[in-house]
Amino acid sequence: MSYLPYALSVWLLVVGLYGVVTSRHLVHLVVCLTVAQSSTYVLLLAVGYRKHGTAPIFKGIPLGTKATDPVVQALVLTDVVVSVAVLALLLAVAVQVHVREGTLDPDEIPAVRG
Amino acid sequence: MSARTRLPLFLVSVAGLAALLGYGVAGLPAFGDYHGPYGLVLNHVVLAQRHTTNVVTAVVFDYRGFDTLGEELMLFGAVAATALILREAREEEARKILDPVHSEPVRLIGLAAVPVVVLLGLFVAAFGYLTPGGGFQGGTVVALGLLLVYLAAEHRAYRRLTPTAVVDVFEGGGAATFVGLALGSLAGGLAFQQNFLPLGRIGALTSGGSIPLLNWATAIEVAAAFLLLFGEFLEEVMVERR
Amino acid sequence: MDVLVPLPVALPLLAAAFLAAVGHFVPAWFGDLVAAVVSVAVTVIGVVLLTRTGRHDLVYWFGGWRPSHGVALGIAFDVDGAGAALAALAGLLTAASVAFSWRYFDETGPLLHVLLLVFLGAVEGFALSGDLFNLFVFLELMSVAAIALTGYGDEPAPLQGALNFGIVNGFGAFFLLFGIGLLYGRTGALNLAQMGRSLAGGRADGLVLVGFLLVTAGFLVKAGVVPFHFWLADAYAVAPAPVCVLYSGVMSDLGLHAVAKVYWPVFSGPLAPHTPALRAILVTLGVTSALVGSAMAFLQRDLKRMLAFVTIGQIGIGLVGIGLLTARSLGGETLYVVSDGLVRGSLLLVVGVLVRRLRSCDELEARGRGLRSSAILFAVGALAIAGLPPVGSFFGRALIVDGATGGYRWLPIVLTVVSILSGGALLRAVGRIYFGWGSEREPVLGEKPVSAEQDEPSHPPRGSLAVMLASAAALLVVGVGLAAWPGLPGKAVAAATRSLDRPAHAAEVLEGKPPPSPHASAPAPSETSIAAGLVSAAGAVGLALLALFGGLGALTRAPVLRLKALHSGIVTDYVAWLTAGVAALGAAFVFGLR
Repeated sequence: MSYLPYALSVWLLVVGLYGVVTSRHLVHLVVCLTVAQSSTYVLLLAVGYRKHGTAPIFKGIPLGTKATDPVVQALVLTDVVVSVAVLALLLAVAVQVHVREGTLDPDEIPAVRG
Repeated sequence: MSARTRLPLFLVSVAGLAALLGYGVAGLPAFGDYHGPYGLVLNHVVLAQRHTTNVVTAVVFDYRGFDTLGEELMLFGAVAATALILREAREEEARKILDPVHSEPVRLIGLAAVPVVVLLGLFVAAFGYLTPGGGFQGGTVVALGLLLVYLAAEHRAYRRLTPTAVVDVFEGGGAATFVGLALGSLAGGLAFQQNFLPLGRIGALTSGGSIPLLNWATAIEVAAAFLLLFGEFLEEVMVERR
Repeated sequence: MDVLVPLPVALPLLAAAFLAAVGHFVPAWFGDLVAAVVSVAVTVIGVVLLTRTGRHDLVYWFGGWRPSHGVALGIAFDVDGAGAALAALAGLLTAASVAFSWRYFDETGPLLHVLLLVFLGAVEGFALSGDLFNLFVFLELMSVAAIALTGYGDEPAPLQGALNFGIVNGFGAFFLLFGIGLLYGRTGALNLAQMGRSLAGGRADGLVLVGFLLVTAGFLVKAGVVPFHFWLADAYAVAPAPVCVLYSGVMSDLGLHAVAKVYWPVFSGPLAPHTPALRAILVTLGVTSALVGSAMAFLQRDLKRMLAFVTIGQIGIGLVGIGLLTARSLGGETLYVVSDGLVRGSLLLVVGVLVRRLRSCDELEARGRGLRSSAILFAVGALAIAGLPPVGSFFGRALIVDGATGGYRWLPIVLTVVSILSGGALLRAVGRIYFGWGSEREPVLGEKPVSAEQDEPSHPPRGSLAVMLASAAALLVVGVGLAAWPGLPGKAVAAATRSLDRPAHAAEVLEGKPPPSPHASAPAPSETSIAAGLVSAAGAVGLALLALFGGLGALTRAPVLRLKALHSGIVTDYVAWLTAGVAALGAAFVFGLR
């Protein structure tokens, strides 16, 4: 039981990768990228958890109360913003590809190749 | 590489990768058993050092404020980038689609909810360093509150409420304020981004030194950034192409 | 703490924010001016920082948070010689790029310069940071700016290049972050020196190995090492030339150097007993990358794509320098990467001139139409890539090779082959474009790629040809002439020796203890290296002539075409290769580094 959250993050990354590699639609692909990214949120937050610990906010509770790790929470906050930025950008590119090419299938976009 | 060869290659690789990741993850301390020094030390010293009760916000805006600087600029950069990609292609002659909401109850409740949500967002941002919340969280909620106008009414009302030139100024201004405050400490002889205001009483809105200022700069920038992003995408979608 | 240290990051980012805020109200040239001023300032600051890192690193704690009892509370910048040199390089390349594209992109408003400045700020942060999560943040910031700069111009090809860039690099960054999560779980720290101290006492168990795998893989994706390199060729082929300058000369080099930047403080403790095995793995990876890159370069007709593969080949050589895990080869790698980056940047600007005049960067299309005055720049650059002594990157390469311990005597041969292929490809292009030699058809080079350069505005080009050529020439002169700086190889090796000494370095960062001054010196390049350099330059010329006058018919064989076909342009293929590469590398680590 005590390693299940970590296994979950591995699963999310694997599922995200699978989704991307088998994708036939760019929007689906970009969202699978986001799923893969959420694996890192789960991993970081799971790492910082302390059993019976409260949130690291000391309003009204005495200093020294067992609390979870605040650093990973700050890291995940940054991570979420990063994810949003990349997602927005890639979706914009996908929208433009659709406008120019009429297709959103990664296998069919005329490519620079060789 | 055709789809037929791609899949077997991938399945074999990902099985190996999953095994590797599992092997790595097995070396972590059991869930709930974490004793890393960074978090432990911070939980003990933040209240005394910065008079902020929300340790996470103190970490975000002070201890690891430099990461937040990068993150702010990332949101800012993503908006600029999206604008560059989407604004390029916009044909001016395309006719804008009208999209009114016909259901009166939806309109009524939706529009009534707008000030509530915006106020909630402002509250979350304002008290972010005392109770759970912060500039990022609050700014996002404020932006969503304004997006409700699009959902409850129609997109042209949303566009009128959030003119691009004005929002651009807030967005760039928020980011510039953040960097400017950081540089200000440098100019004042302190380290870059060092907290330079008096710390105030614990639990009061004036506690935390320069944390409240950074908090608000962030809230403004994040709200403006999301409004711009929504606006760009709406503009792209709500247009009939010839 | 040195007040100059945060400036290379703060100035570009502040300028970007400011420019975005006032963008609607200022004339078009304002963006060019701000970008030019900031990039020159950053270059100057970078050079000053470099001169100050001779005896000790410049450690800067943001927010004034000094470590207490060995626990780092805040984020640190740890500026060593290599970092400062790369920071200065980035500034110089950006300045050249801005000069080249002065008023080139008028119709987009200031957005392009905003993104360029954000990119510069991110690159500076990445070069100077000493905190692993901070490195991730700047890596992603770099990617966001770069995706937009690649995708600018709305024809299908740039968008597809941007898409491939974004998705593959996105996964690279997730692997890095997953690795950070694992390592944080073990060490409880994000500062590189502190993490290293925490890991030093233990052995390299599963978590350490997989953490090392993921962090390194993330950086290798950015660097464009095979098999994580596919996105790189696509992105360079479609981005405008002044933007490619930054990618080739800065982004790839930084990604590569980050592997060493993280390995030595963090992993050299637990992985020390496994050095020979790790060396074998990294050198193999580097050699493979170098060979594939240079071979593919020879098979290209699009000049920017050719230079992308040349970059991949050169980065492969750099990875060999890092992978040999000695002070001399690491010092060589730094020197090599900086001077080679300048040369590649210069070549890309010359290609940019070609595009500007001919609206094409296709070797066959441009046959005989090149401007003679730029021929000399291209030719000198090509010879530098081929490793001709005593050009700047030659010294770096000599250090890398001479730094190889026994068992790696075959390295000079491989490097010579790589240089002949890369240099030969470029010299072939020189012959065809500027002198009209060779035929107009060359089936093995494939059909003309989808039209790549879109940045030709509908109004006549405004930039002055003289300015463009001057910026290319300036970069080339610095890159070639770096060899003339007295004692530079010795300084590079001394700096590398300091970074190899993990305990002293950790004490310097966390407690401020001044490090011992190493008495490292760089011996003159060996005769083997000089001979190898001359052979590869001559070989490159010979290969080019052979290709032009003898034709490439012999190359239309299945393996060659199969290699080209693998570079399909389809992003799902690339992600499949990425997964395979990480899994294979991981297997090598787990079974080789026990």
